[in-house]
Amino acid sequence: MSAASLAHARHVLSGNPVTALAFGLFALLVGTAIIGPELVPFDPIAAAGPALQPPSARHPFGTDAIGRDVFSRVIAAARLDLGMAFAAVAIVFACGTLAGAAAGLFGGWTDRIVGRLADTIMAFPLFVLAMGIVAALGNTVTNIVIATAVVNFPLYVRIARTEASTRRGAGYVEAARLSGYGEAHILFREILPNLLPIMMVQVSLTLGYAILNCAGLSFIGLGVRPPAPEWGIMVAEGASAIISGEWWIALFPGLALMTAVFTFNLLGDGLRDIVDPRRRT
Amino acid sequence: MTIDRRLVLKGTAAAGAAALAAPPFRPAAAQSRRETLLMVSENPPNSTDIHGVGANRPAYEASWNLYDRLLTFGVKKDSNGNDHYDYETLLPELAEEWDLRPMSVTFKLRRDARFQDGTPVTAADVKWSFDRAVSVGGFPTFQMGAGSLEKREQFVVVDDHTFRVDFLRRDKLTMPDLGVPVPVIINAGLARRNATEQDPWAMTWLRSNPAGSGAYRLERWVPGQEMVFARNDAWTQGPRPGLARVIWRIVPQSGNRRALLERGDADLSFDLPPKDFQELQAARRLKVISTPVENALQYIGMNCERGPFTNVKLRQAVACAVPYQRLMEQALFGQAIPMFGGPAQPETAAWPQPSPFTTDLARARALVAEAGFPNGLDTTLSFDLGLATVNEPISLALAENLAAIGIRVTINKVPGANWRNELLKKEMPLITNTFGGWLNYPDYFFYWAYHGQNAVFNSMSYRNPQMDALIDRSRFAEDRAEYEAAVKGFVAIAWADVPRIPLFQPNLNVAMQQSIQGYRYWFHRQLDYRTLSKTA
Amino acid sequence: MMLAVIAGRLAAALPTLAGVVVVTFLLTRALPGDPAAYFAGPAATREAVEQIRAQLGLDRSLGVQFLGYLRELARGDLGLSITTGQPVLSDIVARLPASAELTLLALLFAALAGISLGALAALRPNGWLDNLCRVIATLGVCLPAFFTGLLLIYVFYYLLGWAPAPLGRLDAFAAPPPHVTGFFLIDSLLAGDGETFRSALAQILLPALSLGIFAVAPIARITRGSMLAVMSSDFIRAARAHGLSARTVVIAYALRNALLPVVTTLGMVFSFLLGANVLIEKVFAWPGIGSYAVEALIASDYAPVQGFVMTMGFLYVLLNLAIDLLYRVIDPRMEVTA
Repeated sequence: MSAASLAHARHVLSGNPVTALAFGLFALLVGTAIIGPELVPFDPIAAAGPALQPPSARHPFGTDAIGRDVFSRVIAAARLDLGMAFAAVAIVFACGTLAGAAAGLFGGWTDRIVGRLADTIMAFPLFVLAMGIVAALGNTVTNIVIATAVVNFPLYVRIARTEASTRRGAGYVEAARLSGYGEAHILFREILPNLLPIMMVQVSLTLGYAILNCAGLSFIGLGVRPPAPEWGIMVAEGASAIISGEWWIALFPGLALMTAVFTFNLLGDGLRDIVDPRRRT
Repeated sequence: MTIDRRLVLKGTAAAGAAALAAPPFRPAAAQSRRETLLMVSENPPNSTDIHGVGANRPAYEASWNLYDRLLTFGVKKDSNGNDHYDYETLLPELAEEWDLRPMSVTFKLRRDARFQDGTPVTAADVKWSFDRAVSVGGFPTFQMGAGSLEKREQFVVVDDHTFRVDFLRRDKLTMPDLGVPVPVIINAGLARRNATEQDPWAMTWLRSNPAGSGAYRLERWVPGQEMVFARNDAWTQGPRPGLARVIWRIVPQSGNRRALLERGDADLSFDLPPKDFQELQAARRLKVISTPVENALQYIGMNCERGPFTNVKLRQAVACAVPYQRLMEQALFGQAIPMFGGPAQPETAAWPQPSPFTTDLARARALVAEAGFPNGLDTTLSFDLGLATVNEPISLALAENLAAIGIRVTINKVPGANWRNELLKKEMPLITNTFGGWLNYPDYFFYWAYHGQNAVFNSMSYRNPQMDALIDRSRFAEDRAEYEAAVKGFVAIAWADVPRIPLFQPNLNVAMQQSIQGYRYWFHRQLDYRTLSKTA
Repeated sequence: MMLAVIAGRLAAALPTLAGVVVVTFLLTRALPGDPAAYFAGPAATREAVEQIRAQLGLDRSLGVQFLGYLRELARGDLGLSITTGQPVLSDIVARLPASAELTLLALLFAALAGISLGALAALRPNGWLDNLCRVIATLGVCLPAFFTGLLLIYVFYYLLGWAPAPLGRLDAFAAPPPHVTGFFLIDSLLAGDGETFRSALAQILLPALSLGIFAVAPIARITRGSMLAVMSSDFIRAARAHGLSARTVVIAYALRNALLPVVTTLGMVFSFLLGANVLIEKVFAWPGIGSYAVEALIASDYAPVQGFVMTMGFLYVLLNLAIDLLYRVIDPRMEVTA
């Protein structure tokens, strides 16, 4: 980013404390995911004390049904949850943007095939489709990532396609064609770079959805396998404990989930303001 | 610029609060509530016909209460003073008396017994029903065969109210097998009118149209949601039931079931996690009845035909590595009977009885080395995801201890519907599972779980001719001393070869309101509505 | 004219529907779990299972199975459910009104809350109210749906006792109203049965709230954006210049015009809610098709899953068509291309 756009970014941030907060939280989350597991007081998968203890000085978030320290598990889970979310979004971003841009630029059969693929995926309630894919392929981390990516594919395709087809007849594209550059070059060098800012907005929103998707799958029993710490599984485990009064097992991972998704959503809004103020909603 | 946002907000809030505060629907008569039981559970019945293909456990309960059988079991008190069926006493139900001979038994049917549509119960109906049970295949046929009831020729109609069963061999299990849920008496006339060429046993019709003589009739069935039973006032096979109606509602979340019980909105539930039962018991607001499930064990099984555990020393190593006490506390919250730490050689012919093993990691490590695995090994531990509440903590704790002796384990959660198939394949090296038999005899248990006939319940493919000889001898032993010697013999081999490591005998827990009386534990672990009643 | 548009839209949807059928088939065939082992019973030998497998036709090639599947579809036979023992089609028909009623009520709540919040936020853009609305709306989307439901049950049923027991659509001792639409709220009013109406309303409030909270944010967002665009337009300025009261301007003119894009969003939100239904139905023991499918999925009972996915696919296509046509009716300027 050039100095001018950085200055523009700073300008927007200073006028918008909510977005600044979002950026701060984002940094915190990523930091937790990267170094958190090294710093936790207890081993997230081994019993650390008596089971079902309420929050105390030793266990700030209490212990769960097997005696594991909830605080350590919540921090350690950040890596898995964010990792899966980023992986899924990276995949769908790459594939979806490329497919959509190609469809928008080339039209014809590319457009039709990509469009049909996206329509077929969108014909299913997205969560149900994710459930089906994970159930069919087996609930490993890889498959959950794939399912999340597949389910978000149509959205990226649609946005990229719209943007690409709008720019299809733009001046600089015509100029490139006249200069003798091939269609592939135009796609990669002219269209895609201009799409990036808008797709970034979508990326941060999808990150939030990906995390919720994993949580929902875990609730049904199609999430990651134990004893891996993951926010969704922890909420599912704590769900039945809520009624008997052990609220901490589900509440803290639930709050962590909420914070992460909240951050990504606000981030998306903020990025949209920076990138395309006309689109501000 | 102001708008009446306050009006909008106030209006919405008022509407919401009003609806929330509306009292829940209260039925007109408190009297009818006292005669109605509301039971909540997790899994719905998928049929009212126990002979039906794929009938599930909840379907057994529906069948038990909608139909009668020739005879039933008596009642005794267990060690906690609760009613418990008595497997040693057989009592009349549809048969008012019987004449037991060496190779046959002749039943005299009650003359006043009527099906729920008013037609009398005759021996022809009994024969049709028994023929059906041994002909449809699957579980009902298998269960009939467990009591040597195998061929239609065994069932003879002597006259309208006399029915004879001829024996193929002398089997002490034949009579009790007539009291299990499977040999129900169906209204053959009604069923045959609804049968077709392709469906001579009326399987499709009987699935949702019970044609029995039982103490309760089916008032309403919304599959997957609820089943409502109403008392059959013309029932003559026993004392008049105390409940006029039983409503069985499906509530998938265990937390919700517990909340309903605690608030008094539901009357009874079986399906709660052990931790919840422990807490409810301590809180004393509800009545919690815990009964050890007869002839049942949760165990750890090791494949004796393929994989590393064909080596008996390795199996013994695992038996010494299990964290028994921790399992009792963490997985079961003390809600089971420990089956470890017993005498080195069996001293009684009781079953289940504790194995001689205890947690001894040093000895376990030595055994692993002796078995020839100085660097340990890698293997998989599988369990039935449908019973994850208990299986998962067991597996996690076991994996931890096994890692400490060099056996590195990956945990494999098998979805409930696959579990049976996986067991059939007999390829899993290490599993934890539960097994119990309806007929409370050690030889019955061992016949299905340890005998070289390699039934699906012998999940470990264990084959030992010595074991088989002792089991066969005990099944048909006439002499009590000979029987007990054979039983102790095969239990001793079970400890020496340890293809299965017993963990505990599970409890059947049920929580109910204090006003509910007459709960009776049955071997089929389902609820018998006929003995229940409510005090004020 | 309208008929031509409808026909055109339906024709365009056919390939998508075909895609739905194929994907559903492949997905459910790929599910782990062996119905043959299930049907053969708990004590079956390997041979018995193979026999049942042949009987069910599961040992034939995928192509042959697909043709059989298509043939059954044409007959309207969606198969038999192992868990309920009923034909899948009758299960779905029986349970669809429950999901629809819940989703529609949730949508109603979300629309009311979302439009109000969005309109409020638009009146003073970038003010504290705007930011607050943005935060509130976003918070709703962030919590997992099942978590919201559990919390609400804990607070309103267990602690406060205001909400009734989460036992399903009606109190256990109430009988359902005579069947007209399958929507208990409507049917009980039609039958003049106030008690049942109150019971049904009390039971549906908490799940509808949990589900609706999720949808407030996108609706609020679109309303806000749309209102902002409309408020700065010429005809509004003209109305103000003519001295019309603020209330008239906002409600009678601005809001009405701003609602157009909201209508499309509502459609999208509705289909999204139909999917999120699944988790809420599980938490509240709501007897809808979402919980039906999940239970079947867990049990590897694939006929209901197949039926459910296909039903949803078809519903979605029809829904989109309805939204398109509605849009055209509201704003004839929009060119609806076939």
